[in-house]
Amino acid sequence: MKKGDLLAFFVFIFVIILSPVFSGSSYALTVGIFSGINALAALGLCILMGYAGQVSLGQAGFYGIGAYISSILSVHSGLPTVLCAVSAMMVAAVAAMILAVPALRLKGHYLAVATLGFGEIVYVILNEWGPGGPSGFGDIPHFGFFGYTVDSTTGYFYLVWGFVAVVMFFSINLINSRTGRALRAIHDSELACKAMGLNVAALKIKVFVLSAAYAALAGSLYAHYMTFISPSSFSLFYSILLLMMVIVGGITNLWGAIIGAVVITVLPELLRRFEELDVLVYGLILTLSLMFFRKGLVPILIEKIKKLRGFAVAKH
Amino acid sequence: MLSIKEIWKSFGGLMALRHISFEVKQGEIKALIGPNGAGKTTLLNIVSGIHEPDKGEVFFWGEKIVHLVPSKIARKGISRTFQLVELFGHMTVLENIMVGRYARTKAGFFSSGFKIPFVMKEERETRRKSEEILEYIKLAHRKDELASNLPIGEQRVLEIGRALATEPQLVLLDEPAAGLNIRETRDLGEIIKKIRDELKITVVLVEHDMDLVMRISDSITVLNFGEVIADGTPLEVQKNPEVIVAYLGEEEEIQKGYNAHT
Amino acid sequence: MLTVFLQFLFSGLTVGAVYALVGIGFNITYNSTSIINLAQGEFVVIGGLMMWFFSESLKLPFFVSVVFTIFAAGLIGLLMERLTIKPLKNPDLLLMIMITIAVSIILRGVLMFYFGKDPYVYPSFTEGEPLSIYGAIIQQQALWVIGITALCIILLFLFFKKTIIGKAMLACAVNPTAAKLVGINVSRMVMLSFVLSAIVGAIGGMAITPISLMEYDKGPMLAVKGFCAAIMGGLGSNRGAVLGGFIIGILESMTAGYIHSGMKDAVALMILLLILFYKPAGIFVSKTMLQLRKF
Repeated sequence: MKKGDLLAFFVFIFVIILSPVFSGSSYALTVGIFSGINALAALGLCILMGYAGQVSLGQAGFYGIGAYISSILSVHSGLPTVLCAVSAMMVAAVAAMILAVPALRLKGHYLAVATLGFGEIVYVILNEWGPGGPSGFGDIPHFGFFGYTVDSTTGYFYLVWGFVAVVMFFSINLINSRTGRALRAIHDSELACKAMGLNVAALKIKVFVLSAAYAALAGSLYAHYMTFISPSSFSLFYSILLLMMVIVGGITNLWGAIIGAVVITVLPELLRRFEELDVLVYGLILTLSLMFFRKGLVPILIEKIKKLRGFAVAKH
Repeated sequence: MLSIKEIWKSFGGLMALRHISFEVKQGEIKALIGPNGAGKTTLLNIVSGIHEPDKGEVFFWGEKIVHLVPSKIARKGISRTFQLVELFGHMTVLENIMVGRYARTKAGFFSSGFKIPFVMKEERETRRKSEEILEYIKLAHRKDELASNLPIGEQRVLEIGRALATEPQLVLLDEPAAGLNIRETRDLGEIIKKIRDELKITVVLVEHDMDLVMRISDSITVLNFGEVIADGTPLEVQKNPEVIVAYLGEEEEIQKGYNAHT
Repeated sequence: MLTVFLQFLFSGLTVGAVYALVGIGFNITYNSTSIINLAQGEFVVIGGLMMWFFSESLKLPFFVSVVFTIFAAGLIGLLMERLTIKPLKNPDLLLMIMITIAVSIILRGVLMFYFGKDPYVYPSFTEGEPLSIYGAIIQQQALWVIGITALCIILLFLFFKKTIIGKAMLACAVNPTAAKLVGINVSRMVMLSFVLSAIVGAIGGMAITPISLMEYDKGPMLAVKGFCAAIMGGLGSNRGAVLGGFIIGILESMTAGYIHSGMKDAVALMILLLILFYKPAGIFVSKTMLQLRKF
């Protein structure tokens, strides 16, 4: 792992461990839990968009599949929740593969709309045929393993962010590996990649499946935390929210996905009093970020730090 | 090693290549020359799998390759560069070479994500081999620069280095000297010769720079209007009357145009 | 049997007309700028809600409301272009997609703020007995929708084929540099295309609201279906968008009627995906035309 990432990772773990200790309330921890869940989904989208250069406006579909499959399995079969979550990830992976094979031949707007269409189809299916229909269903068990059920807010906080840490570790290693280089290369020149022997189509499909799996994991963690889910949480709005997280945080940086997720999750809590304006504010934030902070919070921050360092060195 | 047999290719109504046949011997530098529009790049694209011909076959070590996709052809040992440099602009010089090593390495998604020891070892190997290539093409001092920041001469050399990273037996160079000055072209010539002599890699070179071509090629195939009009050693080709007409004919047009304006 | 079929057919044509208009809106922006404006659906909503505002809330006379609504929609289109599209230098595709999505969110947010989440309606353009064809009931407003759509199509056709401005707009997408060189103010053409597509969308919204009511969040679904109509006919072809819109509308209506009403949105989406996967150039477009397009 590169030095910067290693340091960031340690700080990250440190912050996670200490947060519940220093947080004022159960409410703050809850917001933290949702931030972590969103961070998972955002990480997947970040790898897909920022590194491999593909677009997806349908991540909510995989998020919803993750939530519903995991919930249904844990309610109706005796399987431990961990297995339910893993199964949900696999179902999402299969769905992603089926979608990816034809969809990844498309580019740009067409891919965006295809993924959007997929997300909407999942939403319609959940609405029509999901248990409970539009009202959703409940009594979903909390997450648990080896007999121990996680049912405290603090416990869930550590659970969720523990997953984020593991997934982040995986993702950082992936980006710095042969695969990560291949994805970034595809983003720059698919033609050259093919000429160097890369199976571009397979790589694109694999990374799409990966991002779907991340979203599904997030979905199942969400379901087992809320113990109640309904299709409305898995609509286009969520796909766009994820997109905002990745863009605001910095699409080319994995840490950006996490920071962006935290920012975008915390924001509505801060804007509570502007209830009717929330959609508008989201739109404004997204637009302004795209127009003026195109690179995203984390890359801009990194640039400023580098400049400061350069400044300090030059002063000698 | 490479046999081009009766290749025909048209694009819509335009006939780009007509019964093209010639051979490339192992270990030689074969130049493919001809006036603009003669079909040279199209032919390279067919050999590397980007286009499929309407008729004809290409044999690589006796194996038919025209219907294979580019990535398969690359894995069989044919690598290339492009007329308009197709580097990975957002990646460093070293990383560009490292991507070239992709086909010769194995680490997958899961093994990379979980940092399995075999992956670490392979990654070190990849880095070492890539740095070696950078030394070989004399770009080691640029190793951590963004590829898009390099001047065009170095970019072209980098692209060749990336092609070498795939451990090819045959490398196709598409106008590598385009946009290079005299010194850069000379250095390029040296590198291409080293590739043939030291690395024992066969080279097919599409070029307009006649000086370079005549100096380093072992054999030359001349195309004009999509047909082969000559095939032989540099000396033979230089004396070939059809070749002279094809090139001088152009020169005559230029001369006429010049006269008309003055 | 026939009655029911005709009923579904006509309601399909009615809603299909709106999809056609949205699709045409996409085409107008695409034909002039190669941008696909994902906020297109919001203009339909703006048309319906603003018409309500002028005619029901401010109680202005019908024609005045129509003019004001068109003006408002055009203004919003203009603002969108000037504030968010024009300032971008060398936007890449992803950025364009994101910006139009972001603007659609802003528009939706403003609409939600002023109009809330309730559905709005105002009276049909003409009061009167619905038509009856073989027993199928067709409201007069439905005829208005189809008629207005047809009028728009004809006017736009004439505009693009016969007027200088129209041809200039088309030239801009094909080759903006060449367009500039022959003296076309590309920047103004881009602006005009946004204004025009906003107006077209708003007209659709104005016409359909008396039948199916209008809520602040109908935009995205309309955009998806309208886009589907546009690509079905081949992006850029208005004739194609019209055909596509009607086909989607009819299929949707038939599905809702004969199969299951919850499925109707899924129908359009499935069609969309099938076209994107197998014939992204549109089902009426030939391969050579595809090679000439730039997207």
